[in-house]
Amino acid sequence: MSLETTSSIPFSRTIFRSDATQKILAFAGLIVLFVVFSLASPNFLTFNNIVGILLATAVNGLLALGVTYIIITGGIDLSVGTVMTLSAVMTGVAIVMWGLPIPIGVLVGIGTGALAGLVNGLTISKMKVPPFIATLGVMMMAKGLALVISGARPIYFNDAPAFREIAMGSLVGMIVPDYKIPNAVLVLFGAAIIAHLILTKTVMGRYNLAIGSNEEATRLSGVNVDRWKTAIYALGGAFSGIGGVIMAARLNSAQPALGAGYELDAIAAVVIGGTSLSGGEGTILGTIIGAFIISVLTNGLRILSVPQEWQMVITGAIVILAVYADIIRRRQK
Amino acid sequence: MTDATAKPLVTMTGIDKSFPGVHALDNCRFDLRAGEVHALVGENGAGKSTLMKVLAGIYRKDAGVITIDGHEVEIANPRAAQDLGISMIHQELNLMNHLTVAQNIFIGREPRRRFSTFLLDDATLNRNAAQLLEMMHLKIDPRTKVADLTVAKQQMVEIAKALSYNARVLIMDEPTAALTEAEIAELFAIIRRLRSQGVGIVYISHRLEELKQISDRITVMRDGRYIDTVPTPDATIEQIIRMMVGRTIYESAPELPTEESREIVLEVRNLNRAGVLKDISFTLKRGEILGFAGLMGAGRTEVARAIFGADPIDSGEILVHGQPVRIKTPRDAVRHGIGYLSEDRKRYGLALKMDVETNVVLAALQKFVNAVGWVDRRRTTATANHHVATLAIKTPSLQQQVKNLSGGTQQKVVVGKWLTANTDILIFDEPTRGIDVGAKSEIYKLLNDLARQGKAIIMISSELPEILRMSHRIIVMCEGRITGELSSTEASQEAIMTLATQRGGIVADNGDTGGSPGGQSDSPRLVSMESQSA
Repeated sequence: MSLETTSSIPFSRTIFRSDATQKILAFAGLIVLFVVFSLASPNFLTFNNIVGILLATAVNGLLALGVTYIIITGGIDLSVGTVMTLSAVMTGVAIVMWGLPIPIGVLVGIGTGALAGLVNGLTISKMKVPPFIATLGVMMMAKGLALVISGARPIYFNDAPAFREIAMGSLVGMIVPDYKIPNAVLVLFGAAIIAHLILTKTVMGRYNLAIGSNEEATRLSGVNVDRWKTAIYALGGAFSGIGGVIMAARLNSAQPALGAGYELDAIAAVVIGGTSLSGGEGTILGTIIGAFIISVLTNGLRILSVPQEWQMVITGAIVILAVYADIIRRRQK
Repeated sequence: MTDATAKPLVTMTGIDKSFPGVHALDNCRFDLRAGEVHALVGENGAGKSTLMKVLAGIYRKDAGVITIDGHEVEIANPRAAQDLGISMIHQELNLMNHLTVAQNIFIGREPRRRFSTFLLDDATLNRNAAQLLEMMHLKIDPRTKVADLTVAKQQMVEIAKALSYNARVLIMDEPTAALTEAEIAELFAIIRRLRSQGVGIVYISHRLEELKQISDRITVMRDGRYIDTVPTPDATIEQIIRMMVGRTIYESAPELPTEESREIVLEVRNLNRAGVLKDISFTLKRGEILGFAGLMGAGRTEVARAIFGADPIDSGEILVHGQPVRIKTPRDAVRHGIGYLSEDRKRYGLALKMDVETNVVLAALQKFVNAVGWVDRRRTTATANHHVATLAIKTPSLQQQVKNLSGGTQQKVVVGKWLTANTDILIFDEPTRGIDVGAKSEIYKLLNDLARQGKAIIMISSELPEILRMSHRIIVMCEGRITGELSSTEASQEAIMTLATQRGGIVADNGDTGGSPGGQSDSPRLVSMESQSA
């Protein structure tokens, strides 16, 4: 059949609408930061510093990927930071204490994250506990469990030297020796591509957007909303699990006391990237840009010797400005 | 058009449905033939939507039989209804605004890529949607986001979605409520096309003049009961209105305050708000109860909100005690002595978890602050006690949480709140909604008492007997305009309904039809309405 009826309508109008603008805005922000810091300091735009920024973004970016799905449903996930820690600890337990092979250890870590996400999802969809409270509870539980399981001591991976390579080795460097980009960065980009495909090409991504847009209408259309929501939280948890594995590999140890506060950086990245806290819209590309904005800001301010305390103040202001820009855009629409 | 001998597609008999405290459907019946448009009319709360929600599987019936093609069926949920070919398009559209047209139409039934249960095939999705839209002669790109469509187009998308389930029965609840004349014509064209294809269409509407254009038969409901079904060509508007309103529940003599001073307390001149209100002008006198009648969505609440400063206005003047005033926020309104009692008092009128005393003084708390800056409990208690006594608020103590009180008592607490805030213009929006019959008369008595004390009262109500019983004058609205004003002597249910269904384009002949006791030849007949709107 023909598509005559459809092709006659100008397409550009829809493209330059909503999602695109915020992404362009965020991307422009990132470019501006780059230019400003490059001009302000010769130490900013160096290969080593850029690699440093990429590496620093890896963990926060992975957590933010998972949080993107959750926020698109109209929910929130406060547990990603400590779930990341618990996943790191479980990876350590599997590899160091149980002596399991590294790939199994990695799967244990990711599985731990997915399981925690599943608990979030079931608590929210079956027990009808609001996401804020459910994930706050899981955040505290994960923190406690990480300390209990590890005996509150770091677990070192000294007996499994290959584990560190997952984050700090460089596949790129093996091919192009001059460009030793750590694997953690590849993991982030690989995960981002998969996350993007899940959101845009699969049933799960479609229902994710539908639930966030109008949960009741989605339910009335015969979609099993509770089941999909649970699955989406579990998927978010799995990304925290990957984050945990990368964190542990980067530090060559599982640090049970680390992790609290990471959830806020992840949420900030998602929000800066244009995902609406009221649900229904959001993109993976935006989130990645958001995560980089935070890293570039932190890195650049440090190079300019801005004290860490002030870095926090500035990052906070940027989060508010990003959301305010989004609100203004919506109001004009 | 319908063959009178056609076998019914759907029959509903003896349908009963109760909600806590309400007998919503009492032994109702309805039938629908293939290839007909069957209009379902009645006042607000007559049970039209409830009956159709039973058919669409949204509510479970308590008793009764539903048959499809002569076979008895149980419709447990919306999915079961869809499987039987029954789709309902709700008044509030059920779309996901962030998704595209195609994604909305096929939500839950997305085509997958070959050999996959997880990967979407959006090319097929868009193609199927385009096919469906073309079948309906709709020029909508299936890849457009629903949020970017007009309400009318969104409605078409809902219809397309319903048809994609191979709907044989299409229920439309107030489909024209948000549409312009041109859009209505477009909708009607689609409805006629569906009818000719053998789809049975249930058309729920308040707008009587539309029915002749589009319907084949009309069924009237009232107070949750079936009244009658008539073929559209034989029906007149007066006849339908009489069937809709002919009840006798509150037909006792009006208890109106006798003395009526002449002072104009509130005057509204040419209030306009684009797309919502048009040229609203009226006056309100001291000691008067001014009724605002109209159908749901006629703009009565919007007038109240505009006067109260809750919504912005584009133009217009408001005068309080003859002085022009600027009311931009509810705070301004309260300062000028205007109080608004929302129909949703639980949401907008009360702090439900707080006690009676706190609620009564809440709007005027600053008056009770002593020199130290603390709230003077002795004075708040005294004030609250005073209002509990004078308004006869039935509460075990001032410390009772408001949420534990009955609807009528809650309403009195809200009144107490506004009296404490020294308001002398009170706007009651649906003052008896959700209040049981016994407590209603107490609210009426309270309104009369307030009027007698010199308060000026606007009473918005969808219950015609209530309006007729309580008002000195009645203003009738339709589609954001005032279509007429009736004195208590010339007002009748028929007169109000006639004015309340006067849509734009038809010039309001204020009061004329109201004065006639009904059935006179100058009342518009359905036939003439069609020619006027065409």
